[in-house]
Amino acid sequence: MSAVGISAGATETAEIFVVPDLTAKRSWRSVKSAIMTSLMIASVIAVAVPLVAVIWAVFARGLQAVVHGFPAFFVDEIPVIARRPGPGMGPAIVGTLLATGAATLIAVPLGVAGAVYLHEYGVKNRFSRLVRFMANVMTGVPSIVMGLFIYVTWTLRFGYSAFGGALALACLMLPVVIGATEQMLKLVPNHLREASYAVGTSKSRTIMSVVLPAALPGIVSGSLLAVARAAGETAPLLFATGAATEYNLNPFVEANTALSLQIFGNATSSFVAAQDRAWGAALTLVLLTFLITLVARFVTARFARRR
Amino acid sequence: MIPEDINKGLAERTGVERPGVRLSVQPPPRSADRAEKVAAAQTSVVFDLDKLEVYYGAFRAVRNVSMQIFKNEITAFIGPSGCGKTTVLRSFNRMHDVTPGARVAGGLRYHTADLYAPHVSATEVRRRIGMVFQKPNPFPKSIYDNVAFGLRSKGIRGKSEIDSLVEKSLRGAALWDEVKDRLRASALGLSGGQQQRLCIARTIAVGPEVVLMDEPCSALDPVATAHIEELMRELKSKFTIVIVTHNMQQAARVSDRTAFFTTEVDAKFGLRTGTLVEYNATEKIFSNPSDERTEKYITGRFG
Repeated sequence: MSAVGISAGATETAEIFVVPDLTAKRSWRSVKSAIMTSLMIASVIAVAVPLVAVIWAVFARGLQAVVHGFPAFFVDEIPVIARRPGPGMGPAIVGTLLATGAATLIAVPLGVAGAVYLHEYGVKNRFSRLVRFMANVMTGVPSIVMGLFIYVTWTLRFGYSAFGGALALACLMLPVVIGATEQMLKLVPNHLREASYAVGTSKSRTIMSVVLPAALPGIVSGSLLAVARAAGETAPLLFATGAATEYNLNPFVEANTALSLQIFGNATSSFVAAQDRAWGAALTLVLLTFLITLVARFVTARFARRR
Repeated sequence: MIPEDINKGLAERTGVERPGVRLSVQPPPRSADRAEKVAAAQTSVVFDLDKLEVYYGAFRAVRNVSMQIFKNEITAFIGPSGCGKTTVLRSFNRMHDVTPGARVAGGLRYHTADLYAPHVSATEVRRRIGMVFQKPNPFPKSIYDNVAFGLRSKGIRGKSEIDSLVEKSLRGAALWDEVKDRLRASALGLSGGQQQRLCIARTIAVGPEVVLMDEPCSALDPVATAHIEELMRELKSKFTIVIVTHNMQQAARVSDRTAFFTTEVDAKFGLRTGTLVEYNATEKIFSNPSDERTEKYITGRFG
């Protein structure tokens, strides 16, 4: 809509002004925009559908097993006779926590320290380039190969244990932690480092008290991703952890078990009771991962606010 | 171990005209009083540059800079972009050490000590020669922790000692009254001008002798700029200040001496490189410059 008016104060020649038309025009551009927008909405839905379906399936099938006689499912030992119905995934929860916890304790400090070296000390030199390349290659190593590696180097010598599983998981987590941390260190603005140097702070202290705190939220996110992935890994544990049905609180000796192993073992069983326990274990694993993520986010947020 | 001839050489060089630098002491036409003071203060040299060159990789960014910077004065570096003002400034506290490929050649003495001697620790240098940057860059920590940061890395642990030094530094940077009730609040919540004054407080907290300022007001509005300039005049009694500025009025307002840098084609590499054209009392530079290029620049006919 445009309007033409004649200014009232004109004396000799009438001054004409045009109200500019700022409304959107129908054009090929707006059609393209509409098409692209609907495509993007469709992809968001396509991405969300499997996720919702998985969560729905796990809850629908697993909830029954978990809530029956609550909290028996979380604390009872695993029935030795698989066809017998009833609860028990306690040892698997403990095993998962032990293996994942130990793997985190190994992989996160090592990975963060490695990334600090790569990014802060040896950005360009040949050694750090080699390490970075190796870490990238390691990301692509299938988890079952990592399990086999730990089996021949550790398990054959020291026997089944949660720690053996942790070693395999740590090998899987390490490249993820290195990669995530290095990316986060890249995002720390250089002017913060300079500000620290300018008041006479050494490089190591600058890294410890300026660079790492600034990168912390990102490092935690990256590590969490690795932890969540490790918690669900089955293949590496298959070789290294064994399959106990009783509690084993010592990570270094005797066979242990894990939720993922129990899901695998019970789901491939022909007994309905075992399959129900597998669904229960699946739900437990999802909840556990969710809980770990939540706690870590909360802790990071509090830590970040304090600074 | 300092060889004796260093002191001797320094004394000989002080105030002596050298090729490349016109270190004139002739009285300028106006405010002769101040110029006399400037001339009289020449006994105390903080930085002594002798044919300083700075390379980035193979590229020679600055060449042939010879000058002396004097204690408790404000020295301003002016000149067009790319002329090496900031590059020279950053060589004063070894900030180039953290830039891969950067290298400083030629003589650069801090009092009698060679700043680039092999045993010199950049950390020690920077405790004595602080720096304030173009963009205010407080740490994402509390106001208190920003000022305490340098003190803690200097090894001061006592809480009461840190408390009093933080207050002293914030007062010194004319920021105390504005922030005393919210020392624990994040420094990022301050305005740009306040952040820059916080950075100055952080710098002076560790008790440096020299404060280098790299265009400290270019990101600030005129009111905040006036604040910082006033602060600089106050700080002058305790610190030696070297300031890089694009604002010639600022150089004229605050500085005792002004150095004009420009770019020229480097005969050795065929690339444009920065060099010092003229260094003199500020009144002289802005009223009666010796070099034609200086005159063109300050009258706006160049750059």
